[in-house]
Amino acid sequence: MTSNLLQAVFLGGNYALIAVGLSFMFSVMRIINLAHGSLAVLSSYLLFVLASKFGINPFLGLLIVVPVMAALGWILQRYILDRSARGGELLPVLTTFGLAILLDNLMFQRFGADTRSLAPYIGDLSWDAYELPGGFMVGKLQILTLATVVVIIAALQLFLKKTQLGRSIRATAMDPDTAGLVGIDAKRASAAAAAIALATVALAGAFLGMRVTFEPYSGGMQLLAAFEATVIGGLGSLWGTLLGGIVLAVAQTLGASIHPQGFLLGGHLAFLAILFVRLLRGRAFVSAWLTRARA
Amino acid sequence: MQLAATLLDARQISKRFGALVVLDRVDFAVREGEAIGIVGPNGAGKTTLMNVLSGAYPPDGGTIELLGETVTKTPAAQRCSRGLAKTHQIPRPFLGMTVFENTYVAATHGAALQGEAAYDLAYDALKLCGMVPIANRKAEAIGLLDRKRLELARALATRPKVLLLDEIGGGLTDAEASELVATIRELIHRGISIVWIEHIVHVLLQVAKRLICMADGKIIADGNPASVMSDKAVVEAYLGSTPE
Repeated sequence: MTSNLLQAVFLGGNYALIAVGLSFMFSVMRIINLAHGSLAVLSSYLLFVLASKFGINPFLGLLIVVPVMAALGWILQRYILDRSARGGELLPVLTTFGLAILLDNLMFQRFGADTRSLAPYIGDLSWDAYELPGGFMVGKLQILTLATVVVIIAALQLFLKKTQLGRSIRATAMDPDTAGLVGIDAKRASAAAAAIALATVALAGAFLGMRVTFEPYSGGMQLLAAFEATVIGGLGSLWGTLLGGIVLAVAQTLGASIHPQGFLLGGHLAFLAILFVRLLRGRAFVSAWLTRARA
Repeated sequence: MQLAATLLDARQISKRFGALVVLDRVDFAVREGEAIGIVGPNGAGKTTLMNVLSGAYPPDGGTIELLGETVTKTPAAQRCSRGLAKTHQIPRPFLGMTVFENTYVAATHGAALQGEAAYDLAYDALKLCGMVPIANRKAEAIGLLDRKRLELARALATRPKVLLLDEIGGGLTDAEASELVATIRELIHRGISIVWIEHIVHVLLQVAKRLICMADGKIIADGNPASVMSDKAVVEAYLGSTPE
C-alpha cells in the first residue's frame, strides 16, 4: 500500500505537469482551454515524428517543439482567443472546444488510429527504476517528471514575481482595463502568457508520450485529469495544482485498491467531493475569490 | 503673452450607450500647466468623457489629439505611454501585489523605465502620496483612503503630462481633503496638467483655475471658476431651479 501511495504521488506529478498550463492560462486570461489535452497530444505527435522520421531524441526534440508550441500559443491568443473573448465569457470556451475537435480530427487524418509511444526513443529511461530504502521501486522517468513539474512551477512563480513581463501578466490577470491605464499592453501580456502555457504543454506532451501510449483522441482524458487537478488544487494556484494532481492520483489509487475498476471513479469522486465542499462551505471563500478576480 | 501648448485636444466627442446620448459633441482641450475642475450633476457625462479620453472605449464620433498626435483609436496603454494618466472613481489596485509593486509596474510600463530609475520614480510617487510607510503591504490589506492614495500614486508613477482625476476626493474628511489639495498643488507646481472631476466643489475650487460644468452630455459653462459658479445655467443644472 505504501508503495502504491508513493507511486500515486509520482503519478500526481504527471497530472500536475499537464494541469499547470491549464491553471496558468485560466489564472491569467480567465480562459478554460478545452483544447489543452489535444495540444499536449499534438506535442507528443510532433516529438514522435521528429524521433521516428529524423532520429531526433525526444529530449532534443523539445528544443524544437517547445518554441513551436509557444509560437502557436501566441498566435492562438492574439488572433483567436482574444477576439472570441470580446464576445463574452462563454465564447472562448466554445472556441477552444471547437479547436479540440479540429485538432483531434486533423491528427486522426494525418496519423491514423494507431497508438504511438515515445518510449522506444528514450532508451532505458522508460523502464529503469531506482530502489529506495525499504525496497520501494521508483521509475527514473517518474522522478524526472516530478522534478520537471516542480522546476516549472518554481520558475513560473519566480517569473511572475520578479520579472517585468511577469508583473505585467499579473496586473493584466487582475484587471486588464486598469493595466492599460498604467501603460501595460494587455494583449501582449496575454499572448506572452499563452505562449508560456503552451510551452509547458509541450513538456507535458513529451512526458505523456514517454510514459504511456497515445492516439489522436487521447486529448480528452488528459484534459479531464488536468481539469480535475486544477480544480482540486484551487483554480489558478500553481503549487495548489501540484497538490491537486497528487490528491487526484492518490484518490484514484485508493479507488483501485477498493475495486479493480475503481481507479478513475476514485479520482472523479474526490474531484466532486472537493467541488461540493468548495461550493457549500467555501461560498464566502469563493465569492471573495471571484470579487478579487473581477476587481 | 504666448498661449501655452495644447496637450490634449478633444473635438466634437460623442458617445452613446444604446439610445442614451451620454456625450453630445463635446469640445474639450487641456493646455500645458492647466488645472481644470469639472462639475455637473450625476449622469452629466463627466466620467464617460474621462473614459473616452483615456481610451477605455472609443467615441462614437469626434477626434482626440494627444501631444499633437491623433489617438482617437489608440489603445489606453499607448496613450498612457504618451503621457496621459487617469485614476478610477472606485479604486482598482492590482490585488496580490504590494503597494510598491503597484507603482513599480506603472513606472516600468507607463513611464518605460528600467531598474533603479523605475524604482526611484515609484518611490517618489509613493512619497508624494504619503504611502512610503505602507509600501510593502499587500494592496488587499489597505483601507479605502489608502486605496485612493494608491490610485493617485500609481497614476503618478506613469509620469503623466496630463492627469485625469475622477472623484478622488469623495468621502474624505476635511483634514484628508486638505492633504489631497496640498498633494495636487505640488503636482501642478511640477508642471502636470490636472483635470479633476469632483462633487465637493469647495475642495475643487482650492485648486482649479478653470472650471467646466457639464449637464446632459454637454459643456454648459467653461471659464473662470467664480463666473462659472454664478452662471445661471449652472445654478439651474445643479439646483434644479433658479433661486429667487
